[in-house]
Amino acid sequence: MNWLFKYANPHNFMRLSGVVLPFTAIGAALGIAAALWLGFSAPPDYQQGRTVLILFIHVPAAILATAVYGAIAVCSLLSLVWRHPLSDTAARAAAPFGALFTALGLITGALWGKPMWGTYWVWDARLTSFLLLLFLYMGYMALWNAIEDETRAARAAAILALVGAVNIPIIKFSVEWWSTLHQGESIVSGKLAPVFLAPLLLMMTGYALLFATLWMVRIRTAIIERRARGLMQGAA
Amino acid sequence: MSPFWTLLARDLKLAARSGGGAALALSFFALVATLVPLGVGADLKLLSRIAGGILWVGAVLAALLSLDRLFQGDFEDGSLELIALSPLPLEMTALAKIAAHWLSTGAALTLLSPLLALLFNLAPYPTLVLFLSLLIGTPAVSAVGAIGASLTLSLKRGGLILPLIILPLLAPVVIFGAGAVAAVMDGFSPNGGLGLLAAFSLAAVLLSPFAAAASVRLNLGS
Repeated sequence: MNWLFKYANPHNFMRLSGVVLPFTAIGAALGIAAALWLGFSAPPDYQQGRTVLILFIHVPAAILATAVYGAIAVCSLLSLVWRHPLSDTAARAAAPFGALFTALGLITGALWGKPMWGTYWVWDARLTSFLLLLFLYMGYMALWNAIEDETRAARAAAILALVGAVNIPIIKFSVEWWSTLHQGESIVSGKLAPVFLAPLLLMMTGYALLFATLWMVRIRTAIIERRARGLMQGAA
Repeated sequence: MSPFWTLLARDLKLAARSGGGAALALSFFALVATLVPLGVGADLKLLSRIAGGILWVGAVLAALLSLDRLFQGDFEDGSLELIALSPLPLEMTALAKIAAHWLSTGAALTLLSPLLALLFNLAPYPTLVLFLSLLIGTPAVSAVGAIGASLTLSLKRGGLILPLIILPLLAPVVIFGAGAVAAVMDGFSPNGGLGLLAAFSLAAVLLSPFAAAASVRLNLGS
């Protein structure tokens, strides 16, 4: 665990993230650019035509939407159990991106659903559970904003994130049992043609690096803000 | 009487004497059930089709009404600190409060549900399943709700944020509960839905006192 706590020190984190940041930023730009290039030069799908391009922005957004919640849950656990001081900041900083990716997944899904299923919205398991995930993100952020005392807000939000993490699999399972139209996964099972798989994987890497970049920027901003507040209080 | 039962009896008494007890939740439940036919039309066939879902959603919303006061009253007048100092573990305190909340809302709503099902022209067997599903599922609403109530107990307007926090978490309850009623109406066995509902409910009642106690503690500390 020691390596983890080395970067709990804001000073160490600032130094490390300052070095890493340009690489992740450039990596994100390259990954997304290459994915767009490959995606646009890929042949149209025999069934879906050009709309298959939505795949490349829809699937990575959906994967990151859940991954970001996982990151928040891990940060919350670190903060509750080991009182890791930076993980509260990290959890709070990640939430808006999670909500954004969830919303992006829902919107692109709706735009894709119209030509493919003939309707923008169906009460399908995957769609419904993502809508609920969006509400979970909104509740989490609302709780953070509602409690003024920062330490209390952090603990309360951490408890909520963990309760949500326990409940999300149950929600997902219950909704799946309720109704399913959305197709199952086709990446790991190898049902996706390589010509689509390559840009998709590149895009996923690009999205993940983009998230990492923005996440670090937000954590850095929060740290700098706290320092500035401390300085101003010292001066007053 | 042990501290647990004392606290439970006290909370029930408080609910009955200050908030009118179950009356508020019951009237709300009945009003929702009255407004729905006004909105969707008086077609009895349609109404009996949607009765399970409507009554389940109505019951969850009605149980939410008094939830934000679960810990808040005791927090504001300082008695929560004294309760926390008592030999009763905070987890058991949370469980007592969940039980009191369920008895004064969930249990009462369950008892009223067959009457409202009658207004929706629900057949006897689906009504029985609805009754059972509410009986099994509403404790989970109180239990998960207690987590939200304890997280927002220091907030002046916690009642606004509470539904946003807990309603997404309660989706499985509505799905399994209303699903069991729908299954019966389609000629299937309700056992799957009721069983899953019971599992969710047991887990919620068992685990949520710990989460609720943890967040009460953080609100009392310093």
